[in-house]
Amino acid sequence: MTTTTSSEIDFRERKAQHPIIAFARTQPTGMAGLVFIIVLFIAGVFAEFVAPYDPLQLDYGAMLAPPSWEHWMGTDAFGRDVFSRIIYGARTALAVGFLSSMLGSGIGAIIGMVSAYYGGRIDMTIERFMDVLLAFPIIVLALAVVAVLGKFPVGGLDLNLIIAIAIPMIPKIARVVRSATLAIRGLPYIDAARAAGYSSTRIIFRHIAPNVVAPFLIMFTAFIAQAILLEASLSFLGLGVTEPTAAWGLMLSGTSQEFYSQAPWMILFPGIAISLAVFAFNLFGDSLRDYLDPRFKI
Amino acid sequence: MLRYTIRRFFLMIPTLLGVAVLVFLLLRAMPGDIVEVRMLMDGGQVSPEALALERARLGLDQPLIYQFYHWITGIMVGDFGTSMWTGRPVIEEIGNRLGLSLQVAIMATILAVMISIPLGTISAIYNNTWIDHVIRAFAIAGLAVPSFWLGMLIILGLLLTFNWIPPLTYTPIWEDPIRNLSQLIWPAIAVGYRYSAVATRMTRSTLLEVLQEDYIRTARAKGVYERLVLSRHAIRNAMLPVVTVIGLEFAFLIGGLVVTEQVFNLNGIGKLFVETVTRADYTMVQALVMLVAAFFIIINFVVDLLYAVLDPRIRYS
Repeated sequence: MTTTTSSEIDFRERKAQHPIIAFARTQPTGMAGLVFIIVLFIAGVFAEFVAPYDPLQLDYGAMLAPPSWEHWMGTDAFGRDVFSRIIYGARTALAVGFLSSMLGSGIGAIIGMVSAYYGGRIDMTIERFMDVLLAFPIIVLALAVVAVLGKFPVGGLDLNLIIAIAIPMIPKIARVVRSATLAIRGLPYIDAARAAGYSSTRIIFRHIAPNVVAPFLIMFTAFIAQAILLEASLSFLGLGVTEPTAAWGLMLSGTSQEFYSQAPWMILFPGIAISLAVFAFNLFGDSLRDYLDPRFKI
Repeated sequence: MLRYTIRRFFLMIPTLLGVAVLVFLLLRAMPGDIVEVRMLMDGGQVSPEALALERARLGLDQPLIYQFYHWITGIMVGDFGTSMWTGRPVIEEIGNRLGLSLQVAIMATILAVMISIPLGTISAIYNNTWIDHVIRAFAIAGLAVPSFWLGMLIILGLLLTFNWIPPLTYTPIWEDPIRNLSQLIWPAIAVGYRYSAVATRMTRSTLLEVLQEDYIRTARAKGVYERLVLSRHAIRNAMLPVVTVIGLEFAFLIGGLVVTEQVFNLNGIGKLFVETVTRADYTMVQALVMLVAAFFIIINFVVDLLYAVLDPRIRYS
């Protein structure tokens, strides 16, 4: 739907526009997603100032308190403020989401470019290995890696959790970047760079990489959404972020069934937070794809 | 076609072998083996001799190469070994729980197909109207809502309206079909929502593409009823990618069940996987991962063959 509107825009007018304005004009829903992401980001970074309470502060006088003016989203079984824990949870979700996506898509993109650039036996070997990784359901692979690596906290974040979430991304982006690289590998400017005597590393990073940025960015945004969901799932199972750190999935796992009817706010709000965050990244990612590459469908 | 089938069949073997090697090495890289996990669990003191004896009993003192060979040759004759935790045959443990997970997965698939194909078609026909926007919002929300949370909401809803809580025991379908279905329909909805969202999006986008083809214009130009244009010409041609997505998502449904089974107290293979991976039950985890991976690889194989049957260009490349 949006592809037709973008082609109708006069070429000169489009060139004069700032890319962000052009994006907001042609992709209003994507812009809404982006705005929500920025709000979430600010809330996460400045959690100390945004959250009304300390997320770890126990208050046995206010256990399982329903939503009120003091506690907007109620309190949990330890009397901790749910709203504050959701704000701090945004920090956890975004940090894990961004770091694992950067790691996974960075490594995957390099593998994809190398694989397509060298071709032949190297390409074959890498492709088979990627096939093996793709044969695992995402969560099964991540769970296995978490179990193998154990915990390795650095500055309040579990580095091994980030690695476990990043690994399943690698084969997916490697595939996409590989096919994008194959499409440009035979172009004259690559031959020219090779004839000029540039090293393969330089050609891959300076000549190929800038031309596969569009599929890379599209995958990257999709991965953040996937990472947030996966982190929530792992934390819910008790194998991701651990107490007392505030994380959305963990907040749901603490709610055993006896609380269901007693304190539904403990179930409702963290789930809404996960869904909205993933929704915003999906919305933005979808629009980014339409904006960057109208040929791509779905 | 036969040559393509054979070549494609043999391509599955290195992938399966790769999965086997990877899962085998991953487990061995885990800190602390099952003997330590089990015997030191209660913080008790166990002599190193006792640990070594137990390792020898489980064959863990053998060289890795030998252990791997033993395991792989066992699989080839259908012997997956015994669980290192319970001592019962792995096949038996998995078999007991596979039925439950498969039933939920199949119910979710039926649900997804029933929902997604009509919705995707309607969405494509009424492209860019409010109906399309509503359906697309439903689909994109399905990708965002975690299935385990949807499961919790369903339980909450049932609890508040019917005072229903997920039963602790599972009733097989042949004993009491109604009881069984009323228990498993909810997890099927929880995991099926995402599934139908993916399939709805796929149906919509392929159908939109097909509707722009020349032969659709020709059919309309010669006066074919719009309903027949859709059912005879458009939907049939748009179904291939949809079938692919349904097939591949089915394989990954098992992954979705890993978390959802916890929520509904279901003793399926997803729950088994979480339990065994934390216990470092090597034989069990290996068998489960091989099962899921083999499942996925075989579905991929079937999808590729289906494509080759329908598109001769693939066979000859």
